[in-house]
Amino acid sequence: MAGAALPGRLNWALADVVELRDETPRVRSIVLGCSSWPGHLAGQHVDVRLTAEDGYQAQRSYSIASAPEDEQLLLTVERLEDGEVSPYLVDQLRPGDKLELRGPIGGYFVWRNSLGGPLLLLGGGSGIVPLHAILRHRALSGSSTPARLLYSARSLSEVIYGEQFAALASGGELDLRYTLTREWPSGWGGHRGRVDEGMLRTVSWAPEEHPLIYVCGPTGFVEQVAGGLVALGHDPGAIRTERFGPTGG
Amino acid sequence: MSFISKGFRGRRPPVDPARVPPGQYVTSDFPVLSAGPTPHTPPEQWSFTIRGAVDSPRSWTWEEFTSLPSETPKVDIHCVTKWSKLDTVWSGVSIDTLMEGVATEAGYVTAFCDGGYTTNVPLTDLTGGRAWIALGFGGEPLESEHGGPARLLVPHLYFWKSAKWVRGLELTIADQPGFWEHYGYHDYGDPWREQRYQGD
Repeated sequence: MAGAALPGRLNWALADVVELRDETPRVRSIVLGCSSWPGHLAGQHVDVRLTAEDGYQAQRSYSIASAPEDEQLLLTVERLEDGEVSPYLVDQLRPGDKLELRGPIGGYFVWRNSLGGPLLLLGGGSGIVPLHAILRHRALSGSSTPARLLYSARSLSEVIYGEQFAALASGGELDLRYTLTREWPSGWGGHRGRVDEGMLRTVSWAPEEHPLIYVCGPTGFVEQVAGGLVALGHDPGAIRTERFGPTGG
Repeated sequence: MSFISKGFRGRRPPVDPARVPPGQYVTSDFPVLSAGPTPHTPPEQWSFTIRGAVDSPRSWTWEEFTSLPSETPKVDIHCVTKWSKLDTVWSGVSIDTLMEGVATEAGYVTAFCDGGYTTNVPLTDLTGGRAWIALGFGGEPLESEHGGPARLLVPHLYFWKSAKWVRGLELTIADQPGFWEHYGYHDYGDPWREQRYQGD
């Protein structure tokens, strides 16, 4: 499924739900088979459309978690308690169901091998999803670009893709840092609390090393991190952001 | 005919459905979306410029701009990421006021912004009382994460056209794709025709 986004109309396609994986109590990954999928870049998203029996429709955007090299499309969705679409995707969808989607969408919050690095990724909560696609693409494309990830989660039980990241880190593919903002186990060796300027200084490469920076998470996280990196001297033009509003649905 | 998602009921909008464009849902929040860090330009370094295919460019300082006649449009806004927000109240300067006396052959406008963002809009969509440079929201100065000190407000098009941190309008003869338009978003962006992406 490697390939760039194709120009032209984005048509709705019907994908097969192949498998569902519980990532955390509130987060589920949906493995999709979609023969007409045109391919995507790491970091892009799709629109998902649900139709009720009376014809009512709802659409939402979700980041793609899989790499362009992967055979199947992976979406990872967090259930928002007051959401309209995410509770259906997380709680009601079953293997064998079908899901309408169109994409890929967005072309700025993307990374491909040729963009180089070093690659500094900062994710908050389910904002980790497009960063997972980037790291997977980096590994599967055989890139040697240095990569560092700061992942902010409420607690270890809310960490998504923890095993995959640990495997990349133990293979020397990823410099993996965590900060836990609400709960941490005794003897926790990672960072604690919300990201602040001191943590950013510890975690980032110096501005002179010109890292390519990708920040994704809730608005408060992105404002704090992107603003902090600019204050540390990083070029605002090298900082790509993607924000999840509280009403992502 | 769309595929029916078994068991999906959905929520109906809490308002007259005729006010909600296709594929949108109504929210009372004000989500933030932008491609990079939030710029913070102090008033003394801020100016607003109309340039490009015009008889002569014109420019206002922050002090001059905030002395222009202000209007308080109450409008519905529609973001391409699917949320709509109804009855939002803004304050700002009508583009008609800024374009008074400007002679131009241009058919299009590229709004340009701090942070490098751009977006393209036909000139006729910015005039006739349909667009403003907004400085206030909900009775308060516009917050920087929502585009303050000044953003373009073109409520009848998807909200990425309402460029945050706007610093001026470049008038052009031909339509030139802006930032998101270059990445596949629609050149016009009418929410009622669901023109989200190129080809829609």
